[in-house]
Amino acid sequence: MGFFDKIKRAFTGEEKIETTEVTEKYEKGLEKTRKSFSDRMNELFANFRTVDEDFFEELEEILIGADVGYEASMEISDALRQEVKLKNAKSQGEVQQVIIEKMVEIYEKDNTEKPEININKEGLTVILVVGVNGVGKTTTIGKMAKRYQTEGKTVVLAAGDTFRAGAIEQLIVWGERVGAQVVTGKAGSDPAAVVFDAVRQAKKQQADVLIVDTAGRLQNKVNLMNELEKMKRVIEKEIVDGPHEVLLVLDATTGQNAMVQAKQFKQTTNVTGIVLTKLDGTAKGGIVLAIRKELDIPVKLVGLGEAVDDLQEFDPGEYIYGLFSGLIKDSM
Amino acid sequence: MAFEGLSERLQNAMAKMRRKGKVSEADVKEMMREVRLALLEADVNFKVVKDFVRVVSERAIGSEVLESLSPSQQILKIVSEELTNLMGGEQSTIQMAAKAPTVVMMVGLQGAGKTTTAGKLVNHLKKTQNKRPMMIAADIYRPAAIQQLETLGEQLDIPVFSMGDQVSPVEIAKQGIQKAKEDHLDFVIIDTAGRLQIDETLMTELTDIKAAVNPTEIFLVVDAMTGQEAANVAASFNEQLDITGVILTKLDGDTRGGAALSIRSVTGKPIKFVGQGEKLDALEPFYPDRMANRILGMGDMLTLIEKAQQDFDEKKNEEMTKKLKDNSFDFNDFIDQMDQVSNMGPLEDILKMIPGMSNAPGLENLQIDPKDMARMKAIVLSMTPKERKNPDILSQSRRRRIARGSARPIAEVNRMIKQFNESKKMMSKMTKGNFDGMDGMFGQGVKGKIGKMAMNSMVRKNKKKVKKKNKNKR
Ligand SMILES: Nc1nc2c(ncn2[C@@H]2O[C@H](COP(=O)(O)OP(=O)(O)OP(=O)(O)O)[C@@H](O)[C@H]2O)c(=O)[nH]1
Ligand SMILES: Nc1nc2c(ncn2[C@@H]2O[C@H](COP(=O)(O)OP(=O)(O)OP(=O)(O)O)[C@@H](O)[C@H]2O)c(=O)[nH]1
Ligand SMILES: [Mg+2]
Ligand SMILES: [Mg+2]
Repeated sequence: MGFFDKIKRAFTGEEKIETTEVTEKYEKGLEKTRKSFSDRMNELFANFRTVDEDFFEELEEILIGADVGYEASMEISDALRQEVKLKNAKSQGEVQQVIIEKMVEIYEKDNTEKPEININKEGLTVILVVGVNGVGKTTTIGKMAKRYQTEGKTVVLAAGDTFRAGAIEQLIVWGERVGAQVVTGKAGSDPAAVVFDAVRQAKKQQADVLIVDTAGRLQNKVNLMNELEKMKRVIEKEIVDGPHEVLLVLDATTGQNAMVQAKQFKQTTNVTGIVLTKLDGTAKGGIVLAIRKELDIPVKLVGLGEAVDDLQEFDPGEYIYGLFSGLIKDSM
Repeated sequence: MAFEGLSERLQNAMAKMRRKGKVSEADVKEMMREVRLALLEADVNFKVVKDFVRVVSERAIGSEVLESLSPSQQILKIVSEELTNLMGGEQSTIQMAAKAPTVVMMVGLQGAGKTTTAGKLVNHLKKTQNKRPMMIAADIYRPAAIQQLETLGEQLDIPVFSMGDQVSPVEIAKQGIQKAKEDHLDFVIIDTAGRLQIDETLMTELTDIKAAVNPTEIFLVVDAMTGQEAANVAASFNEQLDITGVILTKLDGDTRGGAALSIRSVTGKPIKFVGQGEKLDALEPFYPDRMANRILGMGDMLTLIEKAQQDFDEKKNEEMTKKLKDNSFDFNDFIDQMDQVSNMGPLEDILKMIPGMSNAPGLENLQIDPKDMARMKAIVLSMTPKERKNPDILSQSRRRRIARGSARPIAEVNRMIKQFNESKKMMSKMTKGNFDGMDGMFGQGVKGKIGKMAMNSMVRKNKKKVKKKNKNKR
C-alpha cells in the first residue's frame, strides 16, 4: 500500500487496515520461616470471617493491583464467586481451597502438563530469546546457559544484540561465568549474520544447545520487528524444526502493555513460552494470567534475581498464592 | 505513541456526557465508571484512581454544577483540570549547582534506562547549554555495565570516570567528582546500578553516595510501561532518597503510560524529561500541561510547531507554503519534503500531535516503512526534470517509461501520481486557511467543546510565549 494511501485511510478511517525455590521467593516480604502451603492459606483467609461481597471486592483489588488487568480480574472473580456457590463452600477452609484450585484450573485450562522447555532429543536445540528493552533477556540467557552446562550439555550463545552499547561484552561476561562459548559479530553489524555464524558454529561443534540473544525492541517498531523475523528465518533455514523454543521475556513490573507485547511478538516470531523476570521485586506480573487466557502462551520460567541461579520453573500454584499474599499484607 | 489508548478511552467516556443537555447524578456516576476503567487500563495505580474519581465526583455532583446551564461542559472542565493537576502543572527544568560542578545521580529499578538516559542527558546539556560533562561509572554489579557507559562516552566524546568493579561505588563517586573538579568540568552524572527499592543493602549504598557527594539532582528513572507497582517503587525511592525529579523512558512505545500519573501523584516530584527512543538524541523536556492536553485528545500543537521549526529549514518552509498556495507544488518539492519529513522521525509520531488525530481510526496501523518512501523516491527520480516540474504532462507512455525506469509496476506509478494530485489539492486548501475539509480528514476532527477549550488555551499560551519572546528581543 502506498504512502498517501495509508495516510488518507488513517485520516478518513474509511477502511480499517488489516494488521495484523520456588516457594519462598514468590512471596518476599512475608515471614521467611518455612510454613506449609496450606498453613499460609489459612493465615490468608483467617482475615475474613465471612466470604461476602467485601471479600470479593478486596480480591478484585488485589488482582488489579497485581496487574492482572480490569477485565480479566472481573472475570476471574466472577468465576470464583460462582465456584464458591457451586461447591457450596461454607467454611473458610473450603472456600480457600476452592479459590486456589479454580485459579490454577483457569490458568492451566485443560492442560495440566508442566510447560517445559522444548528440547530437541535428536541434536541441536535452538532457543531464540525476544522481548522489549531492558526486561532481562541477556541475564536470563546467562542463567539458562548455566543450567544446561550443569546438566553436562554444551552450550553456545549468539550475541544477536549488535546494537546496544556494551551488549556484546555483557553476553561475553556471562559466557565466561558459565563456561559457554559466545559467537559474536562486530558492533553495529547485521544480527542475522551473527545468528547464521552461530548456527554454523554450534553445528560444527556438535553443541547441544544454542541460545540466541536479541536486542531489546519495542513491539510497535515495524523495522525492528522485521529484523527479528529475519533472524528467525535464518534459524528456520539452517535447522529443521528450529527454533525449538521462542521465549518472550516479560518484566513482572510491566503493566497492561505486556499484553500488547505478547500479541505482537507472537505474531512476528510465534512465541512458545514466557519468561517472567524480576519476580523478586514487589511486582507480580499478573498480566501473564490474562495473556494465558487470551493468547494461550504459558509461562515457562521465572527470574527471581540477578544472580546466575535465580531462575526457576514456573509453578502456577505457588504463583497464585504469591498474588494473594497481598490480602494478608494489606489487612495487617 | 504512548498515552494514545488512554486518550481514546477518556474521550469516549466524555463524548457520551457531552451529548447530554441535562445531567443527573447517575450520569456522572456512569461517566466516572468509565473514566475509572480508562485509567485502570492505562496502568494508573488503583489507589490513585480511587482518589481521582472521588475528587472529580465530589466536585461534579455539587449542585452548582448539576443545576447550571451547561452541566456537561462544566464536568468536562473539572475532569481536564483534575487531570492536569495530576500531571503536575508547569514544566520544571534541570537545576544547576551555584558552584560547579553540578552533580546528578541516576537511580531506579533494573533495566529502567538509567545508563542510556545518562548518555542522553550529558549529550543534551553539552549541545543545548555548552556544558562540559563527565560520566561516572558507579555500577560495579551488572556485567559489562562499565563498558556500556564507556561506549556511550566514546560515541558522545564525553569523558567517563571508572575505577573498575572492585572499588565501592561511594568511593568511585567521590573520586570521580574530585577528578571533574581538577579537569574543570562543570556537569557530572553518576550512573548507579539498578536495584529493587526493597533491597536494603543497595538502597543504603545510594544514601551513602548521596551523603558523600551532595548531588544537585537525584533522578528516578522509570520505565513508562510500568504497571501498578510504579506508585510503590516511586514512593519508596522518594522516601529513602528524597529524589528531585523523574525521567520517564521508553515513551516511544505504545504504552498508555499511566505510571506517569501514579508517580507524580504519590511523590509530588516533577517529571523533568522523557526518553523517546534508544538513540542518544531521543530525550525531551516534559511539559505536563501539553501531555494532559494530549491525553484529552487535543493534540500537542506546541510540540509539533517547535519540532517543525527545529527540523524544517525555515526558508524552505516559506517557499513550500507559498508553492502550496499558488498550487505550484511539484515533484521536486515533494522529494524535498519527503527528505525533511524523514529527518523529523517517525511520521506517525508527528501526525499524532495534530489535534484530533490521536484518535483517528486506523492511525495505529499507520506505519510507514522507509522502504515505501524509498520506492516513491525511486519513481520520482525516474521522471525527467520537466515531468517533475509539470506533473500534468505525465501521459500514459511517460508513465510506462517511469515504471520501467524505477522497476515499479505501472499501477503503483499511477496510484502515486493520483495521490500526489489529491494531496496537493488538500494541502493547498489547508494553507489557504480553509479547514472545512479537515473535519472529515481527521476522523472526528477536534473533538467538541473540550477540544476547542484546549485549543483556545493553547492559542492563549502561544500568544503569551510570542509576547515573551518579543520582550526578550527588546
Ligand atoms: N531483580 C532482578 N533483576 C533482573 C532479573 N533479570 C534481569 N535483571 C536485571 O535487569 C537488568 C536488565 O537485564 P538485561 O539482561 O540486560 O536485559 P535485556 O532484556 O537483555 O536488555 P536489553 O538487551 O538492553 O534490551 C539488569 O540489571 C539485570 O541484572 C531478575 O529476575 N530480577
Ligand atoms: N525504546 C527505548 N528504549 C530505551 C529508552 N531508554 C532506554 N532504552 C533501552 O532500555 C534498555 C535498558 O537501558 P539501560 O540504560 O541499560 O538501563 P539501566 O537502567 O541502566 O539498566 P541497569 O543498569 O541494568 O539497571 C536498553 O536496551 C536501552 O537501549 C527509550 O527511551 N526508548
Ligand atoms: Mg540484552
Ligand atoms: Mg545501567
